Amino acid sequence: MDKFSRRQFIRWLGRAGAWPALSAMTWPLAGCGEQDKVAQESNPAASATKARVVIVGGGFGGATCAKYLRRFVADAAITLIERDSTYTTCPFSNTVLAGINAPDFINHGYVELEQRYGLELVHDTVTDIDPVAKQVRLNGGATLAYDYLVLSPGIDFRWDSIEGYDENTAQRVPHAWQAGDQTEILRTQLQAMPDGGVVIVAPPGNPFRCPPGPYERVSLIAHYLKTNKPGSKIIILDAKDKFSKQALFMQGWEALYPGMIEWVKGSDFGMVERVDARTNTLYSNFDSAHTADVINLIPPQKAGAIAHTAGLVNADGWCPVDQRTFESTVHKDVYVIGDASVAGQMPKSGFAANSQGKVCAAALAARILDIPLPDPSYVNTCYSLVSPDYGISVAAVYRVSDGEIKKVTGAGGVSPMDVDMAFRQAEARYAVGWYQSITADAFS
Amino acid sequence: MQRRLSRSLIVSFALSAVYAASSHAETVELNRGAMLSNSCAACHGTDGNSPGAIPSIRGKSAEFIETAMVEFSQGKRPGTVMNRHASGYTDEEIRLIAEFFSTRP
Repeated sequence: MDKFSRRQFIRWLGRAGAWPALSAMTWPLAGCGEQDKVAQESNPAASATKARVVIVGGGFGGATCAKYLRRFVADAAITLIERDSTYTTCPFSNTVLAGINAPDFINHGYVELEQRYGLELVHDTVTDIDPVAKQVRLNGGATLAYDYLVLSPGIDFRWDSIEGYDENTAQRVPHAWQAGDQTEILRTQLQAMPDGGVVIVAPPGNPFRCPPGPYERVSLIAHYLKTNKPGSKIIILDAKDKFSKQALFMQGWEALYPGMIEWVKGSDFGMVERVDARTNTLYSNFDSAHTADVINLIPPQKAGAIAHTAGLVNADGWCPVDQRTFESTVHKDVYVIGDASVAGQMPKSGFAANSQGKVCAAALAARILDIPLPDPSYVNTCYSLVSPDYGISVAAVYRVSDGEIKKVTGAGGVSPMDVDMAFRQAEARYAVGWYQSITADAFS
Repeated sequence: MQRRLSRSLIVSFALSAVYAASSHAETVELNRGAMLSNSCAACHGTDGNSPGAIPSIRGKSAEFIETAMVEFSQGKRPGTVMNRHASGYTDEEIRLIAEFFSTRP
């Protein structure tokens, strides 16, 4: 359709040498926002230009926000900055680990999203944000100006919290809590493990990405081992004393994998404090040693790196926002959605990020179109597979009251206990259906 | 400064021309119905058009959606997760959601 798309235009600017010149002219004005404002106000043509929205991070939050903003606003200039040309989802990465789905099942491209919604896709990373001049600087050297900036950077790891654990060690002792290469490392280790071996999964304390995720992982690893290496065991070394959907998971484990899974809770010294990657040994409180054939160590987390660089985080390492709009309480016109944000009672999940991306898109649209923002409404549903035919869920509807996102009372909750297998099978089918729907909703 | 302004103008006009020529997906009005209904899409698909096992609700009659939601919320219709969701909405909100999906193209 477009004879001359914005992307081509940007390329043309680049070729003509105009883009670097523009960047060079505007960047030194950092701290001189007043000058820009004056220039724009005295120039009617400039104020009539399209709103420029730059969205950083093409996961469930960022991709959804870009798409839904376009649905509300036909003529905004929307740029989505994402490092990779393919996004690998954490949801359903546990099915890949367990050999239920091929690795490509969780990969999603951006071409359809880009073309269908007229987005400018930039495959790069942001190294610096200037909230006064309202510009982001890319690793590739370019500088992009914005009217509104949305960050959906996901999580980063607190490497300093477990002695002996860092990005290099994680190549041998994977966290697999960002999907892709890490998923593949853990999958390969599970396949290479002998029958009769021991797997340790070590989840962190709250808050962290995908609260039921480690326990779904344990379930699907158990499914793989039961099928392929039935003499093996799984030990959960947990920093916590309770976990998401605990009663449902434990009922499922008892029914499907009796005697195979041992849970060591935090108060029983489950919390991991040190790792020795050479001997594949974890040390928990009071230095009790746990050696295993395969270790999946999921470290404590914080908001993605760019949120820290931009100074958008609180003392806990997450980003405080106005929970009606997701605008940062630190810098105006900068929004933070998804795992990185402090979102009241919502969990850090792909579903929550998708829901927040839509509300944030509505908040941006309300500002751009100068219309009122309807009261925000949020939803979360986390399906977990205890086996490929055994699904459980937790759900909630959320509204904002007293400035905080809170669950609507009388709604939501977990799947019922003690139901027949038809119910569990239906939820397993819906788990797959959910994955197909949300990935289509975010990436196409 | 004069030189910078004129460059900005050129960029603005060029971008406007590009955007006027591009065609995007249909625009959705930002209202309460859209706000409430957008969150349904994570399971039921964008505009209620589900690609998988979860039922599509796009283009179903408003009466059908409203009846189903009210019955889910009252526990009169068997379900897995919809009973837990439907009870989170008032009758008026359910009407807005039903209207939204019944009118999706």
